[in-house]
Amino acid sequence: MKLSISKIIIFCFVAFSLFVFWKGLKKDNNYDTTELIGSKISNFQLIGINNDDRYISQEDLKKNKFTLINFFASWCAPCRAEHKYLLNLSDKKIKIIGINFKDKKNNAMNFLKELGDPYDFVGKDSNGKISILFGVYGIPESILLNSDLIVIKKIVGPIDQIQYDEILKLAQ
Amino acid sequence: MLSNIGIGLIVLVLILSFLTIYAAYLDLRTSSQYIKKRIYQLSLLQTTFTVLSFFTLIIGYINSDFSLINVYENSHTAKPFFYKIAGAWGNHEGSLLLWVNILVIFSYLFLVFNHKHNKRFRLYTLIFQNFLILGFLFFLLLNSNPFNSIYPIPLEGLGLNPILQDPALAIHPPLLYVGFVGCSIYFSAAMASLISGYGGKLFAQSIKTWVKISWCFQTLGIIVGSIWAYYELGWGGFWFWDPVENASLLPWFAITALMHSLIVLEKRNTLYSWVIILCLLTFILSVTGTFLVRSGILNSVHTFASDPSRGIYILVFLSLMIFSALIIFFTKNKKETFNFNLESRETFILANNWFMAFFLVTVLIGTLYPIFLDVLSGVKISVGPPFYNIVIIPLVIPLMFLMSIGPQFSWIKSQNKFFYKTLFLMLGAIAINLFILYFFGKYSLLSNLIFTTAIFLILHSCFDVKKLFINKNKAELPRIISHLGFGLLIFFIGINHQFSLEEDFNLKVGEIKKTNNYEINFKNTETKESKNYTAVIGNFKLTNLKNNLVQYLDPEIRIYSNPETLTYEAAIKTKITSDLYLTMSNISRSDYYNIKFQNKPFMVWIWISAIMIALGGFIQLTLKKNEA
Repeated sequence: MKLSISKIIIFCFVAFSLFVFWKGLKKDNNYDTTELIGSKISNFQLIGINNDDRYISQEDLKKNKFTLINFFASWCAPCRAEHKYLLNLSDKKIKIIGINFKDKKNNAMNFLKELGDPYDFVGKDSNGKISILFGVYGIPESILLNSDLIVIKKIVGPIDQIQYDEILKLAQ
Repeated sequence: MLSNIGIGLIVLVLILSFLTIYAAYLDLRTSSQYIKKRIYQLSLLQTTFTVLSFFTLIIGYINSDFSLINVYENSHTAKPFFYKIAGAWGNHEGSLLLWVNILVIFSYLFLVFNHKHNKRFRLYTLIFQNFLILGFLFFLLLNSNPFNSIYPIPLEGLGLNPILQDPALAIHPPLLYVGFVGCSIYFSAAMASLISGYGGKLFAQSIKTWVKISWCFQTLGIIVGSIWAYYELGWGGFWFWDPVENASLLPWFAITALMHSLIVLEKRNTLYSWVIILCLLTFILSVTGTFLVRSGILNSVHTFASDPSRGIYILVFLSLMIFSALIIFFTKNKKETFNFNLESRETFILANNWFMAFFLVTVLIGTLYPIFLDVLSGVKISVGPPFYNIVIIPLVIPLMFLMSIGPQFSWIKSQNKFFYKTLFLMLGAIAINLFILYFFGKYSLLSNLIFTTAIFLILHSCFDVKKLFINKNKAELPRIISHLGFGLLIFFIGINHQFSLEEDFNLKVGEIKKTNNYEINFKNTETKESKNYTAVIGNFKLTNLKNNLVQYLDPEIRIYSNPETLTYEAAIKTKITSDLYLTMSNISRSDYYNIKFQNKPFMVWIWISAIMIALGGFIQLTLKKNEA
């Protein structure tokens, strides 16, 4: 076999691909976002669900001692289940920002009308892009921030009694 | 007991593999024109033992012999008989045994049915195929042995994942395996052809049937998987561009390109090197797909089959395969000159190859790029339907156009006599599209183009059928059916995409929901005990407010006990014009159920047209030589 540039390139390309596969076998495949705890959230701007001029950004959250950001949608069944805990947290004077994930406005409004509105502000994220900034990959998810905008707790899945108690403890 | 028999048979097959290679090697040095009888006998014996080993495993499943780990992990006494058998290939180890079976059976059949072809070519094919067999046998024995025993013997098995207990999924793996593993034989044949110098037209004839067989089964296997996803996964979709689905599409693009180029090689004795590349590529992509699915490097619905230790083995095997293929190809391949007339059938067949290559590269990048990025930089991205839709769909338009006019050209050079017919059909297609647009609603420019070209292809194929009856030339029939199937498929997918209705809401028993001309009445729920699960059945009354037609749908939530799993069974009312699709899922700590209601027009036609594509291939297989 006579070697030529094109042959060498093909060999290198194949070898490189196989090498990547080999490296890939060793990597941890579980998508884990717990590493986000302790990190600061990036800058964002959230438009209100009513499409009016209201919006909030990271600056507004700095005023709160603690903020719980909850990602929800009317079509999400577990969101329904965790809703009463959010209402209780709201009664305990915890600021809650709701981010309405890939939802229709009317459905979301009906959802809140039916179950009660625990949120101080509801932002819309109809294509799910803002939620990605927060490292969310499924809903419901909630993150608890302190006034420095550092994530101090992350809850993947619905909030239950245990999580509820922990949030209260952290936010005391 | 079964464990020993099984392992014994596998070891025998392994020894026979070595003997076959040795005997074939010796026979290569003799001057006789015929292959020795002993080699046929060895190959037949090998096939017999392999098939017996598979039966042994099936017997283990039927008798629920939990002394085999494989049976213990994937079966249960309460499982229906049919799924006990299907359980044999519903897991990694068992499916690998099926894989070996197909390698061996194809090896034997290729040897027997190609008796008219060159001896050296056949012997080399046998040798290469046996190297592949050996590779997989070692993998089976060392890493994934379905006959491993367990002691003390458990009284009960763990059961098969309920989502897999489904008739479509029971036949999905065997179909795909015949399709994907069947490619191995022309991988071996291509290597043999390079080494023995037995190329050109005769080579094309020797592998033609095998390419068609594997193409048919691949196509059918992909369709069955898609049908399963439609009614079992409960999302109402049928293609998700999931990495594993993509892994099955990659060899399909290669083999479709191969099937077309092979016609050129047979008729015009040109494109030999390209055909060889496609032969090698098809099986390499099949094994790459297997690697991606089985190693756990991808996350998807098929993760039941993943384990990194298997990954290393398949990767080593894959590397050996690719590098030996590359080295042999580069050493033995000779330069070819092409002389194609632009207005000839071969040019258009080559155009098909360009499209297939484009689709292949697109899907390959979409599937591998996230892996590469993750491994090399730790950045996680996901490539989903938007990417594929944007990149692939526009290209389907020129593809369908060429699929219509390409077959009108004759070989070598043709006079363009059909210009007016094409123009007439194009105008017809535009008119039909405008009719749909006017009466059924607006859609985008891209959709307009897709509908028009799809209708153009359909019309063209219908005219071809007419021509077929006049000429009484059956040879074109398979092509027309497959192309017509493709046109219909794209057309109905387009219609389905454009006019589907989807509603998501929560409902309590006794509540009524009105939505888009439908009234959905959640009447009650009942529970039903079945052999291996308990079902909560929701009774829904659906009234079409337009024509007051009442229908009853009863989606289920199934609670399987072994292993403990919930599955959601969609209630689907299929009609010629549309499917009504309803799923319900429970909401924990609540009386509400989440209901997903969809009205999907022409769903059944998507399946029919997809099956037509495969049917074309099957018809081709039944045509006699002088007809084809």
